[in-house]
Amino acid sequence: MIAVIDYKAGNLTSVVKALKYLGVKDVVVTQSPEDVRSADKVVLPGVGHFQSTQLLKDLGLTNAVRESAAAGKPFLGICVGLQWLYQGSTEAPDTDGLCHFASQCERFPATFNGTELKSPHVGWNSLEQIRSDSRLLRGIPEGAFVYFTHSWRAPVSDDTAALTNYGGAFTSAVERDNVMGVQFHPEKSAEVGLQVLRNFLEL
Amino acid sequence: MLTKRIIACLDVRDGRVVKGVQFVDIIDAGDPAELAHRHAAAGADEIVLLDITATHEGRGTLLDTVKRAAAKLFVPFTVGGGVRTADDAAAVFDAGADKVSINSAAIARPELIGEIGSSFGAQAVIVAIDARRGEKSPEQAEVYIAGGRKPTGRRVVEWAREAEQRGAGEILLTSMDTDGMRSGFDCELTAAVSEAVQIPVIASGGAGSAQHFADVFGRGKADAALAASIFHFGVTDSRELKAELQRAGVSVRLPC
Repeated sequence: MIAVIDYKAGNLTSVVKALKYLGVKDVVVTQSPEDVRSADKVVLPGVGHFQSTQLLKDLGLTNAVRESAAAGKPFLGICVGLQWLYQGSTEAPDTDGLCHFASQCERFPATFNGTELKSPHVGWNSLEQIRSDSRLLRGIPEGAFVYFTHSWRAPVSDDTAALTNYGGAFTSAVERDNVMGVQFHPEKSAEVGLQVLRNFLEL
Repeated sequence: MLTKRIIACLDVRDGRVVKGVQFVDIIDAGDPAELAHRHAAAGADEIVLLDITATHEGRGTLLDTVKRAAAKLFVPFTVGGGVRTADDAAAVFDAGADKVSINSAAIARPELIGEIGSSFGAQAVIVAIDARRGEKSPEQAEVYIAGGRKPTGRRVVEWAREAEQRGAGEILLTSMDTDGMRSGFDCELTAAVSEAVQIPVIASGGAGSAQHFADVFGRGKADAALAASIFHFGVTDSRELKAELQRAGVSVRLPC
């Protein structure tokens, strides 16, 4: 069973639709820590404000995710779901992330190299420096395009599985063992995105 | 590198894709779900479905059409037309849309922008602006509503700024002067709006050739461009268009 965590931050229809399209029979959209503990895999989608992840702690989901991850079960955070894996975000300084990865998510700078930088970063951008040992990005060619829509981003670190350049480099995919996240929307990234989801499902 | 987006637009009336010239003269161009898939397969970066249905029955068909089109569509999918309340938007999202485009309803009640955004995120709200300026300067372009039938007396650039402040994620700017003419986008107007806001601006109205797209991405400073009639009737598809744009030095996503 795959648990897709619903924390009332936007629209889960597309993620669930993509998982079903890829042949997943047993998808549960849930707010229950019990479902998360018993799931084989956990997906945390999310668009919207980092503040909304506060609900994860309030509902006891943060601990459930920690236990599931510690038990070695694959976890995939999407968009704000990736950001939540870090310590937190300047978007909502009082809301803690999972702290699985060090460092804070920050807003895109207003200018980069002396020119104005539009924010949010919306559209198709490329995956660069894809880590060869990434299981999530297996088979994805260097420079493949995926769809982004966000204003905050995670910095590049040793756990970065792929980076993307927009106002400097940021982490577009992060992966350490069974805990993974993507800043882009695999459910909206055509064949490349479906391949990422397929890779996750095959873990 | 962030690429320029090519967005295929389907104008839908009573469950069929139609295309008007300067907002009138309607021609039947096919089934929305089928065309949405065809455009995505041919390399369109996004699909927009604009419902221009006037009848009550047609509104009912819309959600069914959205559902059918969304079922196997894995690129961003926007639905517009007749979204008047946050509940209307919720129904469209539930049917599988990723973004809604609001136009007349946002002018009538600008709070709607923030209301949809607070539940579904700013990225899910596109404010569509129909603009007409005739011979006047871009700054004097006027906002029209009700499918281009009603002038509002509001300046386009100023309304775009307000929409951004109220939480719009993108602006879809249609020039009524160039719409359906295939003689090029209104680059001056697009640049004026793009410079006035931080959020992405989608240019619409007037696509007729690859050069027109290159112009609006360059001079027009558009982040994305939308085309309807150019893609129907086999005129060209996104793959051809993007290959030409790449040769012209525009950064685009070439699908594998």
